[in-house]
Amino acid sequence: MNAFARVIVFGLAVIAFFAGFSNFGVPQVEPAPPPKEEKLALGQMTMAEFVALGKRVFEGKGTCTLCHNPVGGRAPLLDRVGAVAAERLKDPRYKGEAKTAEDYLYESLVKPSAYVVAGFGKAGTQDAESPMPEVSGGSTRLSEAEIRALIAFLQDWSGVEVTVQIPADTGEAGKAEEKPSQRSPAKDAPEVIAQFGCIACHKIGAMAGGPIGPDLSGIGKIRDAAYLRRAILDPDADIPKGYQRKVMPANYGEQLYAKELEMLVAYLAALK
Amino acid sequence: MKPDRVLLVVLAAVAALAVPEALAAGAPVLTEADYPRLAGVNSRIAVWLAAQLHLWFAAFVLAVPIFVFIIEAIGMARRDERYDRLAYEFIKVSITAYSLTAILGGLLLFLLVLLYPHLFQYLAGIFRPSMAWYAVLFFAESALLYVYYYGWHWLQGEFRKWVHLTLGLLLNAVGTTLMFLANAWVTFMMSPAAVDPAGVFSGDTWAAIHNALWNPVNLHRVVANVAFGGSIVGAYAAYRFLSATSAEEKAHYDWMGYTANFIAIAALLPLPFAGYWLTAEIYAYSQQMGITLMGGIFAWLFIIQAVLIGALFLSANYYLWCGMGRSDGAARYYRFVKYLAIVIVGAFLVWFTPHTLVLTNEELKALGGPYHKYLGALGLMPAKNIAVNIMILFTTLSFLMYRRANRVPVVGWVGAGNAALAALFAAGVVNIAALGIYHGYFTNTVYKVASSIPQVLTTLSIIVAAVVIDSLMYRGAREVAPLRWGRVPDRAQYALILLAVAFTWLMGLMGYIRSSLRQHWHVTNVFRDASADAFTPTLGHAANVVSAGALIFMALVVFVFWVSRVSSRHTDAAGYWKKAGAAA
Repeated sequence: MNAFARVIVFGLAVIAFFAGFSNFGVPQVEPAPPPKEEKLALGQMTMAEFVALGKRVFEGKGTCTLCHNPVGGRAPLLDRVGAVAAERLKDPRYKGEAKTAEDYLYESLVKPSAYVVAGFGKAGTQDAESPMPEVSGGSTRLSEAEIRALIAFLQDWSGVEVTVQIPADTGEAGKAEEKPSQRSPAKDAPEVIAQFGCIACHKIGAMAGGPIGPDLSGIGKIRDAAYLRRAILDPDADIPKGYQRKVMPANYGEQLYAKELEMLVAYLAALK
Repeated sequence: MKPDRVLLVVLAAVAALAVPEALAAGAPVLTEADYPRLAGVNSRIAVWLAAQLHLWFAAFVLAVPIFVFIIEAIGMARRDERYDRLAYEFIKVSITAYSLTAILGGLLLFLLVLLYPHLFQYLAGIFRPSMAWYAVLFFAESALLYVYYYGWHWLQGEFRKWVHLTLGLLLNAVGTTLMFLANAWVTFMMSPAAVDPAGVFSGDTWAAIHNALWNPVNLHRVVANVAFGGSIVGAYAAYRFLSATSAEEKAHYDWMGYTANFIAIAALLPLPFAGYWLTAEIYAYSQQMGITLMGGIFAWLFIIQAVLIGALFLSANYYLWCGMGRSDGAARYYRFVKYLAIVIVGAFLVWFTPHTLVLTNEELKALGGPYHKYLGALGLMPAKNIAVNIMILFTTLSFLMYRRANRVPVVGWVGAGNAALAALFAAGVVNIAALGIYHGYFTNTVYKVASSIPQVLTTLSIIVAAVVIDSLMYRGAREVAPLRWGRVPDRAQYALILLAVAFTWLMGLMGYIRSSLRQHWHVTNVFRDASADAFTPTLGHAANVVSAGALIFMALVVFVFWVSRVSSRHTDAAGYWKKAGAAA
């Protein structure tokens, strides 16, 4: 065999060895396929099913176990988080705005730096900043319903009472196509109401709507424009008796054009 | 896909370069139907192979001018024409490869535009200004390379040689800038900057270029390119050595192989440190991405990487040990070789130890968990960091031993110098081990790899200090006998070939992991991959693609070497051409 042939055979053998080792010398891990949106029939869900949904999110789409596991030690374990949530609110290092344990859990998912467990902050920040991504954005992009289900699971796992209410809709987050800059502005208030699906929860005058939110048919008699504007932009600022917090999406301020907001406020204020 | 549709897609994507408004809508939300398909072609594999082949050749043609410049400068400083001839031979090899690099770059661009038009459109919109500069620099690179190569024999002598060396410097500056621009595009896809969560571009192209992973990848690629280029030229020299028919030819190619190997190893030693920095920046950018890299689905890839790095270090050391045969004074050092081999193999085995074992249920029960009672500790990164630093230090020892083999120091402080060197290495090994053990096994998990930086600094300090002390000690040293270039066994040449093949394959594997870290995103968290291939392939599948690419690359390299040889051959065609007088 001449030198050329020997070199070629040797090179082929080396490549074959590397390929063989990669195929047969290490386990062939089948990575999980990209997460798919789960069709959630929230209306028919029991609390046990909702908690089970939260567990699926925790172990799957939420990728929580990537860091919150006993092996890696990169993030605190969460099996008691529901029980310690109330204590965290009293901690001098707490920087958030939550008033209840449930709100604390919600905040820790969407604003993880509000409270960073000692020793788990980003390097160099003295535990002032969390390395955890916001679950409503980035690659995780959990919907409002999935975040609620996750909180329900964490409460259930911690052995405390599940205080979360099953929301009426998924409130899917992170949809780029919903950005105001990507749609044409509505011509009048009824079109705004139609576009944003307000009647899914509210009855508004002649427009039949669901019972999840207050009936707005005569709202102009009892509320002024300033109140209504605040109720749209910050729905949890004042919750009428008999209704739940955190049900109405809090991001209409980001979705509505200013002109649309004012048209809607004027329209509702005129419902007397 | 019909040819007219292909043309339309290509035209639409190219037209996007002139439509910045398309970016105002952010990253497109695609469905599988938005990806054009070519019958019988897997889009991902086609782009993967084209990109990887382009990158291999680009790495080679960017690296060769770096060390050609260094060798030419050494030749000028020493006024030793052998270096000048060697540098010319190196650049001659890369000149044909340059054309292939451009062709493969064109193929990659064509496939991207054809098969991933929306992605190309999006990236082109963001990087349009830098793409224009890329084109300008590419022409500048071509012009400089051709003048540098074809003007080699013309630009000789005092002033002209300086002009030539300056051209070499400019060639390297332009080539490196070109690579940095291309790096910006791939690192933007990993760690996007200057875009909001919906992918809407702020308009600041520099911010998009200067993303979180740009500089770490730049450094890693410059260092790796030099090591890779050295290994390929080393393989060329090895083949020429094996097929040489005269002692002079063998001596020349032995010297060429040694020089190329020296360059490859000199760049290989700091490469793991560049890798640490890149990994640390990946963790800093996204802990999820970092964990996916080191502890998630890619964890087993690092066992394959260990095999490859082990092959690189062992073959590099083996070549040095075999090369001691060139020296008549080497017999003094042979007895140390076995100890060096034991330590390097031991360090390789630590690096090779997986953390989680592959076990049956019965074995799992018997062991009480997925981790071995003793070996489990060696599977952790701290143990591997200790191992790789020790491997690098002992490779440095091999090199020092090789340098000393043919020389006898004449300074009066040899005993003290050797004691200082021994103390330096001993203290370094103790420090590296202590740092790794303390941080790795007696602190919080988050600080497990905190010892990496002081370990790296220890290793680098020892290398620099040892080379300085050794150089001073052997200043004016007496040679035992002239070095006998060419007196080296054939098997040493196979170590050089193994080095080149392992480097090629390793680059392909690490390219796969760098790209796959994005998982089902074209641009991480911003632009989702909705194609049929939006899943991470298994390691076996990736290894097969990398192997196929490596085979194609090797075949093309053989072609390049063949072309560089036939260009200097002359066939006497007496009787074929009419004589000048006879034509009239």
